[in-house]
Amino acid sequence: MHELKFDPEICKSCTSCDCIMKCQYIDLESDQAKSEHAKLVAGEDSSILHDCVTCYACEEYCPFGNHPFYLIVERQEQRGVHPAPKPLEESQVIMMGPKGRIKPKELSPPVMNMCFFTVMNGGIRGSLFEGVSKFGGSDVFCNLMFLHFARNSTIRQRLPLMIENIMKNFLEPAGAKELICYHDECYGTYTSWAPAFGIDVPFKPVHLFDFIYNRLVELKENIKPLGIKVAYQRPCSNRLCPQTDHFVDDIFSLIGAERPKREFEYENALCCGGVPEAQQRFELTEEIQHKNVEDMKASGAAYCVFNCPFCFWTLSEPVLKAGLIPIMMSDLCLMALGE
Amino acid sequence: MDKITERLAEIVGKDYVSTSAEERFIYSRDQGVQQPHMPDYVVLPDNARQVQEIIHLANNDSIPVVPMGGGLVLSGLTIPLAGGIVLDMKRMNRILEVNESSHYAVVEAGTSQGMLDAYLKKHHPRLKHSLPDAPPAATIAGNIAIHGSGHLSQSEGGFHSEMVTGLEVVLGSGEMVKLGSCSTVPGWFSRAPLPDLAGLFLGWNGTTGVITKVGIKLFPRPRFHDVLIYMTEDIDIAPDILFRIIETEVAEDINYALSPKPDYLNGFQMIVINLVANTEIELNMKKKIIRDALYDYYKTKESGFMPLPPAMKGDFLEAPQKALSKFADVKKGGGFEYVGAIMPVEKIPDACREGVRITDRYGITYSLGARIIGRGHSAMFFFAYPFNRADTQDIEKVSHALEDTNAAALKLGGIPWKTEVSGQKLILEQMEPQTSSLMMKIKSLLDPNGIMNPGNWEVK
Ligand SMILES: Cc1cc2nc3c(=O)[nH]c(=O)nc-3n(C[C@H](O)[C@H](O)[C@H](O)COP(=O)(O)OP(=O)(O)OC[C@H]3O[C@@H](n4cnc5c(N)ncnc54)[C@H](O)[C@@H]3O)c2cc1C
Repeated sequence: MHELKFDPEICKSCTSCDCIMKCQYIDLESDQAKSEHAKLVAGEDSSILHDCVTCYACEEYCPFGNHPFYLIVERQEQRGVHPAPKPLEESQVIMMGPKGRIKPKELSPPVMNMCFFTVMNGGIRGSLFEGVSKFGGSDVFCNLMFLHFARNSTIRQRLPLMIENIMKNFLEPAGAKELICYHDECYGTYTSWAPAFGIDVPFKPVHLFDFIYNRLVELKENIKPLGIKVAYQRPCSNRLCPQTDHFVDDIFSLIGAERPKREFEYENALCCGGVPEAQQRFELTEEIQHKNVEDMKASGAAYCVFNCPFCFWTLSEPVLKAGLIPIMMSDLCLMALGE
Repeated sequence: MDKITERLAEIVGKDYVSTSAEERFIYSRDQGVQQPHMPDYVVLPDNARQVQEIIHLANNDSIPVVPMGGGLVLSGLTIPLAGGIVLDMKRMNRILEVNESSHYAVVEAGTSQGMLDAYLKKHHPRLKHSLPDAPPAATIAGNIAIHGSGHLSQSEGGFHSEMVTGLEVVLGSGEMVKLGSCSTVPGWFSRAPLPDLAGLFLGWNGTTGVITKVGIKLFPRPRFHDVLIYMTEDIDIAPDILFRIIETEVAEDINYALSPKPDYLNGFQMIVINLVANTEIELNMKKKIIRDALYDYYKTKESGFMPLPPAMKGDFLEAPQKALSKFADVKKGGGFEYVGAIMPVEKIPDACREGVRITDRYGITYSLGARIIGRGHSAMFFFAYPFNRADTQDIEKVSHALEDTNAAALKLGGIPWKTEVSGQKLILEQMEPQTSSLMMKIKSLLDPNGIMNPGNWEVK
C-alpha cells in the first residue's frame, strides 16, 4: 500500500549521481558515491543512511525525479537507522499525532491551512490576507516532518486521514477547490510526496508565495517599495517544489526588495541548522549556520526573510547577531504595504 | 478586645493584630492536604524588638507562636496546630545591606525572594542570590528554616541554609542573639571560624526561635544564559548522565524531571542543564564540554539533546522556573502537595519508580523531579501531587500518597524534606535515639516553655 514510485533502473543507468555528488553535507568521490548509492538502492547498509542530514535537497538534484531522498528515508526506516535520538522521535510522533479535535468552523474561499503552525495565526492579517479563512492543527497536519525521522510510515499512515479531514471538515463545507498552504511542507506533501507514494490529493494546493504574489498585484497601488536587500532562507521542503522559487523574485520585484547574489542560494541553499542539531551533530550545525549567516552578511542584505517558522525560530538569533533583521515573508510584504 | 489582643496591639499597633474569623480562617490552612487549625491571633511585627516582646508575652501566657514567611511550604508547617499566634513576618522586609566585595546581603526575615532578586537586579546588577522555584512571595528566612534549595545549589555550594553567613534570632526563651561573624565584628561575612550555632535554627521549622535577620551569600550574575535539555527513556541511566554533567563543573543548575503531562513527554526523563557565562565564547565552550561529556550516550541515539530554538527556551532560562508553579494548579482548586526528600543522587531511578507506583495506586497525577545539590552531593527529589481542594476524595487520595511517599523515601535511604508532623514522626522513629534526645535537649534549652511551633519536631 502506497509504495514509493522509485525506478532502480534509472539509477543504474545514471552516470552523474547528482543526488550524492551535489550534496553539500556528504563528501564522496564519484566512484564512492555511485557504490554507496548502489548499496542504498539494493537495500544494503550504506554510509549515506547515516550521514544524510535530511535536507531534502537531492529531491531537487535528481534530474530524473526518481525520488532519491524518499528512497533514503525508506531505507533508513527499513534498516532501523534513527537520524535523531529515539526519545525525541517518539515524543514527536505523539505530539504531532491526530487528536480528533476538529472544531467546525464557517469558512469561505480562499481557504488556508496553517499546518501545525497555528501559533502563527497572528501573521495572517491586514489587506494581504483580507477575506482568507484559515484552519490548522494536528488533525490537518501533513506530517511531512517525519522525513527527518526516517518515518515515511508515519506520513503514509496519517496523510489519507488528514486529507479526508481537510476535505470533509473544511474545503467541502466551504465549497473550496483550492487550498493555500501556509507552509512549504504541506505544499511539498501534496505536490511531491503524495504523488510519489500514489496518494490522491482531491484539491488544488496553492503555494503561499503564489497567493501573496497575486494579492500584491491587486494591491500594487498601495505598495511603497522597500529599497532593501533581503537574503532568503530557503526551507528544506522547498526542495520538493523548486518550481515555486520564482515567486520569491516576483514578490521582491513588486515590493522593491533586492535578492542579493549569494553563494548559498537556490540549489546551494543551506539548512537552517535545526535538523542537524536534532541529529546531535552540533559542530556541523554551528558550521552551517556560520557559513550561511556570514554569506548573508557578505551579500549586503539587511534582512533575512523566511517562509518556514521553524527556520525562523532556529536561525533568528544568529541572524540578529550578525546584524540582519529576521522577518517572515508575509510581514515583509505587510511592511511594503505600510501595515 | 481581650487582654492579649490589647497587649499585642500595644506592641505592633492595632492594624497589625487580628482576631477576626476571616483572617484566622486564611491563616488556618495552606495549599497542602494537612488539616486546617485556627490561630487565635494573627500578628505582623515590624521589627526584632517587637518580635522579642511578643515572645515574652507568649511565654508569660503560654501561647503558642508559629513563625510564618510566605506560607508556601505546603506541608502544614505554618498551620498553628495548637492555636495561638501566627507571627506573619512579611512586614519585616527591609534589605539592610549589600556587600559587593564580600558578596553577601543582610535582610530582614520577611524579605521575599522576589524582593531581594528585584533589588539586586536594580541596585547591584552584577550580583544574585540562589532562588528556589517557589513563587516569589516565599521568604528568605522561611526557606532557610527548612533547608531550601535553588538555582545555585548545584554550582555554589548546596542548600540555602549552607549559604547563610549570619543570623539574628529571637529564641523561644525571648533572648535575642546574633550568630556568625556579626556576633563579634560588624560584618556579616561568615559563620566560620566560630562554633557554628546557626544550625540551631536551620531545618528546625521555627521550633527553636524566630529568625529576624539573615545574612545570605550572593554570587556573580553572568550576562549570558543558555539551557540544554537531555532526554532519555531509560530511568537507570539518569544517575550516570547526571554525574557526567556534574563532573564537568560548568553547569549552573541541573534538574531532572519526569511527568505524564503533556502526553508527548509521558515516560521521558528530561534533564535540564542551565548554563551561564560572561562571554559568548565561554558559553559556547561550556555547551560543548557538556555535550562532549554525554557523547557516549547520544551517539547511540538511545537518548539525546532536544533541539531548542532560542524562541522555545523561554521559561527554561528564567529563575525561578515557572513550570512547577504552573503545574501546581493543573487540577484546579488550588491544592498542591509538594513532598520532597533529600537523598543520594543514585537513588533517583528508584525514587521515580516508587513515585509512579504510588500515584498509580491512588490514581492521581504527578510531577516527579530532582534538583542536584552541590556537586552531586545529594539531590532534592520532589514528588508533586496537585489536587482539587473542593474534592474530598482527591484530598484523601493525595493524603495517602503523601504518607506512602514519606515512608518510601526513608526506605530508599532518603529523608523526607520539610515534612509535615506525621513525616517528622517517621524520621524521629528511625533516628538514632541519642540524636533525637540531643535535639529535644536543645529544643527545651532554646524554647523552655515549648511555645515555638508546637507539634513539630516533637518526640512523644
Ligand atoms: C511551585 C512551588 C515550587 C517550589 N520550589 C521550591 C524550590 O525550588 N526550593 C525550595 O527550597 N522550596 C521550594 N518550594 C517550597 C517552599 O515554597 C519554599 O521552600 C519557600 O521558600 C518556603 O518559604 P516561605 O516563606 O513560604 O516559608 P513558610 O511556609 O512561611 O515557612 C516555612 C517554615 O519555616 C518557618 N519559618 C518561616 N519564617 C520563619 C522565621 N522568620 N523564623 C523561624 N522560622 C520561620 C515556618 O514556621 C515553617 O516551619 C516550592 C513551593 C512551590 C509551591
